Amino acid sequence: MTGLELFFQYIVAGLTRGSIYAVIAIGFNIIYNATGIINFAQGEFVVLGALIGITFASFIPLPLAILLAVVLAALYGAIVEIVFIRYERRFSALRALGISVLIFAFLALAGFVPDQFLAFSLINWLILLLLVACALGLGLLIELVFNNYMKERNILRLIIITIGVSILTREAMDHVWGKEAYAFPFFSGNEVSSVSLGNIQFSPQLLWILGTLLLIVIALYAFFKFSLWGKAMRATSLDRQAARLCGINTRFLITLSFIISAGMGALAGIVTSPLTQTKYDMGAHLAINGFAVAILGGLGNSFAAALAGLYLGILEALSVAILPNAFKDIVAILILLGVLFIRPAGIFGSQKESALRDF
Amino acid sequence: MSLKNYLPVLGFILLASCLQLLLSSIGLNFLLGPLTIASYYGVVLIGLSLLMGFTGQVSMGQAGFFGIGSYVQAVLVTLDLRPWRDSGFIGLLDKLGLLLTRKDIYGQEVLNLSPWVALALALGITALIAFILGLPVLRLKGHYLAMATLGFGIIIHSLVYSVKLFGLSDGISGVPEFSLIPGLAISSRLTERVSNFYLAIAVLIVVILLAINLVNSRIGRALRALHGNELAANSVGINTSRYKLYTFVISALLAALGGALLVHFNGMIGPSSIDVMKSVRLVALVAAGGMDSIWGVVYMGFILNFISLRQVFGSFDDIFFATILIILMLFLPHGLIRASYFVKLIQPLKNKLKIIKKDLRARLRLKQGQD
Repeated sequence: MTGLELFFQYIVAGLTRGSIYAVIAIGFNIIYNATGIINFAQGEFVVLGALIGITFASFIPLPLAILLAVVLAALYGAIVEIVFIRYERRFSALRALGISVLIFAFLALAGFVPDQFLAFSLINWLILLLLVACALGLGLLIELVFNNYMKERNILRLIIITIGVSILTREAMDHVWGKEAYAFPFFSGNEVSSVSLGNIQFSPQLLWILGTLLLIVIALYAFFKFSLWGKAMRATSLDRQAARLCGINTRFLITLSFIISAGMGALAGIVTSPLTQTKYDMGAHLAINGFAVAILGGLGNSFAAALAGLYLGILEALSVAILPNAFKDIVAILILLGVLFIRPAGIFGSQKESALRDF
Repeated sequence: MSLKNYLPVLGFILLASCLQLLLSSIGLNFLLGPLTIASYYGVVLIGLSLLMGFTGQVSMGQAGFFGIGSYVQAVLVTLDLRPWRDSGFIGLLDKLGLLLTRKDIYGQEVLNLSPWVALALALGITALIAFILGLPVLRLKGHYLAMATLGFGIIIHSLVYSVKLFGLSDGISGVPEFSLIPGLAISSRLTERVSNFYLAIAVLIVVILLAINLVNSRIGRALRALHGNELAANSVGINTSRYKLYTFVISALLAALGGALLVHFNGMIGPSSIDVMKSVRLVALVAAGGMDSIWGVVYMGFILNFISLRQVFGSFDDIFFATILIILMLFLPHGLIRASYFVKLIQPLKNKLKIIKKDLRARLRLKQGQD
């Protein structure tokens, strides 16, 4: 293999990693635009989506498994926002429901739900029903008692909450899926099948990954440019107060931003899983790299994030070729620091705008 | 500076010694180990609390500074200097009495740098790095600052992992004791748990006193002004960038101090104890303590660190930590342990006392009027 071919081989590997960073960074940006916070649970959304997808893929067709996983991850994103992020000091039935779902999940993790409840035994169904009733009642009770004690939080404290959520999610995934690495089945072909372009060989999965990234970017562009909700979200990110005065339901839009970024992250997690495999504790590393990408592009700018993600991925892959593996992270970070010192608001970020923001 | 600020210190000393007496008397001396570690971490947390709570800057690279302190200390006190004994510089150090001869675990005689010199060097290096890093980094704001410091932490972690001097993934073990005065040493020996506990508490108290004095001084007021509104603080003549840099260096120094002393107590250091998630955890602990309440950070750090070091909840440990964190942020964003809460508790009593006093005075006046 000549040097040039090897170079392209590394580029290909970099594109795989870069795509997932790009999607995570876009997820960060969507939530950042809506709320001003960095959602540290973003990496966990990716891993959770992939793990759910892998579980479903073992007994239902792949497209259905992907759809179900994305929907469930998006739902989880919504619950996280409604229960932990939203600030509402009145009774909220939605939040009570969200708390109930989380309590039920905890009960299931702690081993209260019988494993074979699919076996249609009456007693198992009764136990399940009882648990659901318990969770609902407890959720309602917690909401009724504590809704009035919620305190207004600043951005830093909201970020700490997302750190807490990320730890909770990670540990829950550890209890459910254990410490092994899983892989989603290849969309087309298998581990050994490859597409060749000239002398460069790569897995067909890479085409799926790049295609998905492109699809996500185009879909988001269309959503923010043409749909009413997308326009409302842009208005909200510019000025929340003014948007609310125009009759935009900003509270719902913040939930929507969590739904979109969780669903998107789950999709990215599933698409890259055949090549990179998925383990319960991958989220933290993904989130940190995604954060770096979002900052490199300039916070709030999703298209810059997509470019920066691919760039960082390629850089990481190339640095592995030259330097010892342990320096893999350093090169990307050093470049990031260098960029920040010259342009303190990222490559594409507006320096004036960021100077006016606290976060 | 009134006496009132020092009363909690007395309370803390009393609490610590009561705890030690209780644990020793019921034969649970081994629990003093995690408490000692928690109090060295307390030093790190106070540094971060000064930075986060008072200047409003977030550093997600605190484990990096902790790592610099502990690794420099560990390398310097374990490096065998015998091969260079005859060279001029080492010879000079030997003559000045800055070297120690001791026997390693194989019974061989080795020549090491004295821990005092190592500590001075570790702190000096940390201060220098923090200063050089702080100059460009502190121009950044919010998330950008967080990312830059996070990046610094990642770099330190990777360096430790890949440089042979730092022991790669094994870290450095066999760190000797740090003998302060004859008979009193920071060491990993099980027989000296009690004295080590008090040493750690003493270090923590000194740091707390320094922090309280700093916060209540002119500098502390300047920092608060900076936190409130940087522009306004600048306009009344506070050199905000200088104060930010000073606080950054101080917090890095405290992190390094905690790390350098802890490495003698643990006897070893590995790269897993300075990884990025440790920095995130430190930030979370400071937030749980209420950020700008030094006592809150100290007590909350003690409780949460002790629980995770002892693994009280086994595999549900992290879940417990995260749940506490979320509950605190939702319902008590200013921390669980805070002086103002106690003041609030006492307030009704005080009010009642005031009413009684007024009543008495009125009656007295009435009596005088009758006379």
